[in-house]
Amino acid sequence: MNGLALVWHQYRYDQKTFWRDPTAVGFTVAFPLIFLFMFATIFGNAESVVGGVRITRTTYYVPSIVTLALIGATFFNLSITLTELRESGVLKRVQATPLPRWVFLAGRVITSILVTLLLTAVVLGIGRIVYGVALPGRTLPGLLLALFVGAATFCSLGFALSGLVPTTQAAPAVVNVIALPLEFISGLFIPKEELPDWMVSVAAIFPINPLFESMLATFTPGTAAPGIAWGDLAVVAAWGVAGAVAAAFTFRWAPRRS
Amino acid sequence: MGEPVITVRGLRKTYGSVEAVRGIDLDVAPGQVFAFLGPNGAGKTTTVEILEGYRRRDAGDVRVLGVDPQRPTTAWRARMGVVLQTCRVQPELTVGETMSMYAGYYPQPRPVEEVLALVGLTDLVGRRAGKLSGGQQRRLDVALALMGDPDLLFLDEPTEGFDPSARRDAWSMISGLRDLGKTVFLTTHYMDEAAALADLVTIIADGRIVAQGPPTAIGRSEAITHVVFRLPAGVPVGDLPPAVAAKAAVSAGRVSLAVPDPVPLLHALTEWALARQLTLSDLEVRPASLEDAYLQLTSSEARS
Repeated sequence: MNGLALVWHQYRYDQKTFWRDPTAVGFTVAFPLIFLFMFATIFGNAESVVGGVRITRTTYYVPSIVTLALIGATFFNLSITLTELRESGVLKRVQATPLPRWVFLAGRVITSILVTLLLTAVVLGIGRIVYGVALPGRTLPGLLLALFVGAATFCSLGFALSGLVPTTQAAPAVVNVIALPLEFISGLFIPKEELPDWMVSVAAIFPINPLFESMLATFTPGTAAPGIAWGDLAVVAAWGVAGAVAAAFTFRWAPRRS
Repeated sequence: MGEPVITVRGLRKTYGSVEAVRGIDLDVAPGQVFAFLGPNGAGKTTTVEILEGYRRRDAGDVRVLGVDPQRPTTAWRARMGVVLQTCRVQPELTVGETMSMYAGYYPQPRPVEEVLALVGLTDLVGRRAGKLSGGQQRRLDVALALMGDPDLLFLDEPTEGFDPSARRDAWSMISGLRDLGKTVFLTTHYMDEAAALADLVTIIADGRIVAQGPPTAIGRSEAITHVVFRLPAGVPVGDLPPAVAAKAAVSAGRVSLAVPDPVPLLHALTEWALARQLTLSDLEVRPASLEDAYLQLTSSEARS
């Protein structure tokens, strides 16, 4: 088999593995959808002002939950599963086969990205049908580019983090401690206008807030086509590059406990 | 015999100030079951992982299937199978799916059904890997290493944690591999396993090879015979003939002796028993086993 055929082969098994793991499905798939429902129910009637334009809170929460789902399907998913695969010796075993290493990793990355795209479609669909949130039209290129840059960045950060996490048990705790506070101060749960200014300024340095901003812009009326927030995406991409460099140093195939 | 499957000359590996492997030579011929024995920390795992291509060496020459494991190629990996000591599979996939997934990694895989039958997992093909017992999981490990139809198979402690009947099953499976013409490099610390399976046994202790040969020959090389019997009721140890009492180790009423030449000792013992009309129950005379040789060779006194 050539490289691409092997990637397809690997991907078929990886997505099976993903959908059969109740923890992965629960946290990655069910969580964002539950959050969307809760936020839309609690804050749905309020309004937010984004870049001087009034939008409904449900419109605010659609890109927020897409961001949350993306981080779950890439950063959380990869940092936890790659650590588990390494510590249980799966990576070491695969190393002894003729399968090129990049193919094995590609299968995982593609699974993460396709789950992200699927969740995005589901969240946009629920937003449109249940809450009447308009889908980005002219700004669709901006949304797609944000999804792509965001998924790539948080995959590479997932690789880097898994290299730093010593044990399978530590992985979920570490990734939560890092991501959850950042998701909060980036306004994914509580709208940004209700957060202290300094919190918002801190959040701007990290990749979650700029990714959310770039997505939010594509849902805001008045954003000019094609809706690409170059500045925000540059910050996100810079983190992606830093993550890839860090992963090159931290990522290991052999269990740490050996 | 064709070209050797594994050739090692003067292999050395140091971790910091610890010399784990201190210049060892190995030769494994095609179709051999080669058992590599040694206590924990003897340099066993380091050596095997160098042969498998996981670790780099500090010195020496190593060829596995004609290739230096430090320069692994895809074709080389396709010719060998590795069963690691602690490796799990993804619990969410079934036995059949896991095997098909691994089959796809190899240029000329064996049919899944064939390997299933070989390891005795045919009935469990649809079971999730996470729901297998320890023994079944180990058989799946071996199955995955066989998917590529390898010429050389590394088995690291293949029956660790098995109950006796599962161990027998695993042994017959490994014997079956020999019949297929595979070369098997077996790491174990069970002497009976090495004695039952191996054509050639190599014992490593403290980073050096301390014995090498067929399992029966290694036992005999110790040139010791064990004489064991039950002390007759009411007879104190001191009453035994002096030649026996001098060398006897008594524990729980059993007297055991290890001597280079058992004839004079047996003569003295039986003459003594006949004269007193005593029965020597459970009298046993047996040559040194591989285990005796192993304990002797790997004990710290033997090496100092």
